[in-house]
Amino acid sequence: MNTLTYTRLEMLRIVRNRQALIFSVGFPIIMYFLLAGPNKNSKDFLKAAGVAAPQYYMVGLLSFGAMVAVLSGGARIAAERTIGWNRQLRLTPLTARAYLRTKILTGYLMVLCTVVLLYAAGITLGVRLPFDAWVRMTGLVLVALIPFAALGIALGHLLNDDSVGAAMGGGVSLFAFLGGTWFPITGGGLFANFCQLLPSYWLVQAGHVGLGASNPWGAKGWLVIAIWTLACAAFAKWAYQRDTKRV
Amino acid sequence: MTTYLAGPTTGIQLSGLTKSFRTPDGPVHAVRGIDISIASGETVALLGPNGAGKTTTIDMMLGLLPPDAGTVSVFGMPPAEAIMAGAIGGMLQTGGVIQYLTVRELIVMIASLYPKPLGVDEVIELTGIGDIANRKTTKLSGGQTQRLRFAIALVSNPDLLVLDEPTVALDVEARREFWSTMRAFVARGKTVVFATHYLEEADAYADRIILMANGQIVADGPATEIKAAVGTRTIRATLPHADLAAIAALPGVTHVDTRGESVVINCSNSDTALRALLAAFSEAHDIEVTGAGLEEAFMQLTADRTSEEITR
Repeated sequence: MNTLTYTRLEMLRIVRNRQALIFSVGFPIIMYFLLAGPNKNSKDFLKAAGVAAPQYYMVGLLSFGAMVAVLSGGARIAAERTIGWNRQLRLTPLTARAYLRTKILTGYLMVLCTVVLLYAAGITLGVRLPFDAWVRMTGLVLVALIPFAALGIALGHLLNDDSVGAAMGGGVSLFAFLGGTWFPITGGGLFANFCQLLPSYWLVQAGHVGLGASNPWGAKGWLVIAIWTLACAAFAKWAYQRDTKRV
Repeated sequence: MTTYLAGPTTGIQLSGLTKSFRTPDGPVHAVRGIDISIASGETVALLGPNGAGKTTTIDMMLGLLPPDAGTVSVFGMPPAEAIMAGAIGGMLQTGGVIQYLTVRELIVMIASLYPKPLGVDEVIELTGIGDIANRKTTKLSGGQTQRLRFAIALVSNPDLLVLDEPTVALDVEARREFWSTMRAFVARGKTVVFATHYLEEADAYADRIILMANGQIVADGPATEIKAAVGTRTIRATLPHADLAAIAALPGVTHVDTRGESVVINCSNSDTALRALLAAFSEAHDIEVTGAGLEEAFMQLTADRTSEEITR
């Protein structure tokens, strides 16, 4: 079945949802200038994070906005379940796979808006990278978001329209905090070691591209992302099956 | 894409369907073993009061709810296959429409999912929503939303159209328009199953009425026949210290009950019963004869079932 029209109109719905766009795109931009602006030339920051503040926070806040964006792709399932729209769709030949794929694609569309705007903001604060570094950095960000896309689908099937926003807001804040969105996670202590087990940590670490590190994740980063992807996908599958059995 | 070789001639078969739900107050047996066979091209009303099991039956027919026991076959296929083939269109009892799209865009979206949809303009014309086609779905009245949902069900160009209390949010005029659209659609040789709790609606628009109560089929037959069976009358009269057994034995009386000093007499033939009543009990006064409501008619039809069976 050709789901091109369906996906196109779902994307149109995303673009028309101005409030959601402002929160996933506008808010990180403002925070970026507030955090990176004053530390623009800070040598201490460079020493601690290994990257200058404008580049660090560019990816840090991009991570925050992108987590919101990609989670909300799946979380919008909660709204559609609340009004019974998913039951209406189940009467059409649209497969569950195509439905979920569209939700993930729409989430990633918002991610791309966030990425482009944060890169533009970064460039205004003096971030300069070779072209291939931009591409690699973007690639790593998109990969690190996969577990969050799956998590969004799980939340969309487990929670209702009223609670999903709060769960997402709280969850993203926690992941962002522990991942290093607001301040660099440094040192080798227990806290830093714990943070390195989170996908959001490696999402933020994608920002180290361009410092010559062609693979800023190393084996550990790839392993953490892979494990989170498998775990979140299993969680999403369980949540989906539990929900459709009951409806 | 699945094609159904048997064609829509095989109709719809529900065999031995049961469904129970667990609730905090104990299990609810929503559907207690029903068998329905619907030929292609038939328009069938599922008639019954709230809680009769109509929606549960429809959800199982559509494959939205797995039955505890029994099977569903739609044109020779399980419901999920019939849906993949684009053979089913449905309008569920509850449900909103998604926002950030216009009425036309939403219909385009749904049409794009089907193998052989009707034209979008044709559906807009058919359901009379041309004036709101470019309006956002969030700016519609209840009746307009209902029409849009009808358009969504029709645009698939289904062989089987299932409607769960489709006119519930509509006023009298909108209801009339809805059914005239339905008639035009049925004329294309489609099979239609709709649930309603209005006897008049079932009688006016269905070839056949299946009467449900307490999760069972109470009666199933041509609309005129069912109407005669449930369209009974009730006589109410003040008659202190009435001899209930004697009243029950009068011709045309099916059931009798007391409410204080009044007797309430359910009749199969109220004219005969009233004549007999006045002949036997000339002191009866303040007499009213009313058409029985559907609920009373059901109670009458189910009266010969044991109460144990009904409350189980």
